Amino acid sequence: MISRRSFCKKAMIAAGGIMIPLAALEVFNPQRLAAEKDGTGKVRWVFLVDIHKCVGCGFCVKACKTENEVPYEANVTRTWVERYVVTKTGKTHIDSPKGARDGFTSQKIDQAHHGLLEVKEEEIAKAFFVPKLCNQCENPACVQVCPVGATYQAADGVVLIDRSWCIGCGYCVMGCPYGVRFFHPVYHVAEKCNFCYHRLAKGMKSACVDACPFGARKIGNIRDPEDPVTKIITTEQVNVLKEEFGTKPQVFYIGLSREVK
Amino acid sequence: MVHGEAWTLKEFFVYPNEYIYWSIQIVMYPFMTGLVAGAFVLSSLYHVFGVKQLKDIARFSLVFSLALLPVAMMPLMLHLQQPQRGIYVMMTPHFTSAIAAFGIVFTTYAMIVLSEIWFVYRQYIVEMVLDLREKRRRKPLDSVRLALYSVLSMGAMDLSPEALHKDERAVGILAGIGIPVACFLHGYAGFIFGSVKANALWMTPLMPVIFICSAVVSGIALCIVTYIIVMELRKLILAWKRKNNPRLPSSEEIKSAEIHTVTITAKYLIMFMVLALTLELLDLIFRNYTAVKSWDILRSVIYEKDFFKIFILQYGLGNIVPFIIFLLPGLTIRRALLGGLLVLMGVFMMRWNVVIGGQAFSASFSGFMEYQLPIWPDNMETFKEGLFGALTVIITPFVLFFCVTRVLPVIGVKDSH
Repeated sequence: MISRRSFCKKAMIAAGGIMIPLAALEVFNPQRLAAEKDGTGKVRWVFLVDIHKCVGCGFCVKACKTENEVPYEANVTRTWVERYVVTKTGKTHIDSPKGARDGFTSQKIDQAHHGLLEVKEEEIAKAFFVPKLCNQCENPACVQVCPVGATYQAADGVVLIDRSWCIGCGYCVMGCPYGVRFFHPVYHVAEKCNFCYHRLAKGMKSACVDACPFGARKIGNIRDPEDPVTKIITTEQVNVLKEEFGTKPQVFYIGLSREVK
Repeated sequence: MVHGEAWTLKEFFVYPNEYIYWSIQIVMYPFMTGLVAGAFVLSSLYHVFGVKQLKDIARFSLVFSLALLPVAMMPLMLHLQQPQRGIYVMMTPHFTSAIAAFGIVFTTYAMIVLSEIWFVYRQYIVEMVLDLREKRRRKPLDSVRLALYSVLSMGAMDLSPEALHKDERAVGILAGIGIPVACFLHGYAGFIFGSVKANALWMTPLMPVIFICSAVVSGIALCIVTYIIVMELRKLILAWKRKNNPRLPSSEEIKSAEIHTVTITAKYLIMFMVLALTLELLDLIFRNYTAVKSWDILRSVIYEKDFFKIFILQYGLGNIVPFIIFLLPGLTIRRALLGGLLVLMGVFMMRWNVVIGGQAFSASFSGFMEYQLPIWPDNMETFKEGLFGALTVIITPFVLFFCVTRVLPVIGVKDSH
């Protein structure tokens, strides 16, 4: 007859013994290893923005909002365009009214609470537009900080959000150095650009890429050496945003100026 | 309306999606867990290090840390956009996230506090069971109490000296384990902020240590304040009762015991305050001296936008004034109460300046955001993340403390612990 004490003892040893090989199974999950290891997959989506070509029309923002069902009037957006006006004295003015959804219709700079600022044309040294979107980082801070694993990186590099699992703590919103994340006004969970993943899956391009009349936005597969985007990134002078955070952003810019934040 | 838009005022250039997403409830969260951890550490000073003078307040602060326990979780639940999914943090923790550890750390800590309280009160519980059983005619309320205490005793009715000695040892061990766990509970709250590399103000390895020190400070201060209030109420009640029964202790006797306990506790408060302040100033000086890229915007937040909140409310009224109050000779009850309240305010402002201050500037370093605390709620969101939500969180532990002490009294219990 086995005593209660020894039964408990043996049961615990058995449970512990089973746990160890089970843990090993988790550690050596081949699919996950393949997804995490560099250069194994056939696809790694990257983005290329040509700042020289952007005129700040805001068609991309409009297309994005419609495509991804982010309420049109809500003051959040998956992609946006920033205007930079640098004066001859070296001062930089930046704005992005409504994320440039309606383009830049006024020469005045939107200073938020401080109203509109008029910069005289003869004072301007240079001015340009910078489209922004999720960088689908190779080392995404948002994925690291999600406490429930509701945001994760797909094998092709795109960072996705599980709307049915997000608890809405906002840690990912805080963790993103680029400010691309926000709370969806309808679903009340974290939201951000995913390169229009549903379109990529059908062999289409992101909505903003198709909407850009000037070809300032391009999407490509960096693992395909024949992809025109890959060719530009590997052979021309490109830059990324906020490299110092170690997130390894995958949105590349042509003509990125030092004033860009 | 987008979440955060109701209380965020933007200045100059802020990324379109940036708002103050972490509002008053996230200020309350480290403040409340700090109080929990601090109250526990105070009680452990007696149980582990045998600081005999703290005996009176030790039991008090232990029960208070129990009352505060559920409240540490409350602000988080009020803050979540999907509170019904809060349990996922326990069910599917993603361990690269600092928040994922919450379930484990918090549960461990809760179990330690609960079992320590059980050992501390076992003798009392058993005595109550025996007393109530002996009563010939039990009122309905007595029957309820008997049932409650019987359940609480969990069948361990042994009151022999050996058994009581074992209780005492168990309390010592639990309090010993509890100190690092309490520090971890709060240090990790600091880590949640300190590890956000995207935030220039938060990211410092000092954050967890600063959080622990200020937690202990606030916990001790709260215990002093509540202890004084409870003792004053007791004096009033006794004075009223003495009219009929002059043998009860006079208010003078209680007063001398009270001021003695408060003076000793205040010494520990000062000690931890010096430590907390040193670390905070070190952080500030270091940022000032190294002046990395983010310093320009941080300087305008620290020295201009938030000057009043940081240097007047937090350091001035919350640190320097209480220092003087506690260090001047001849500490009185009234002075200690004022000092304690100021320290609590100072620690609250420190949490505010970290959480809200950390979001006072845009990640673009080109603009500012101002948090306008919603006062009168016009929907659930502005209630939860406004003044009334915060007040709910503040009041709850006192209500719980009152309820718990109906069952487990903290004052006037005679036993070995």
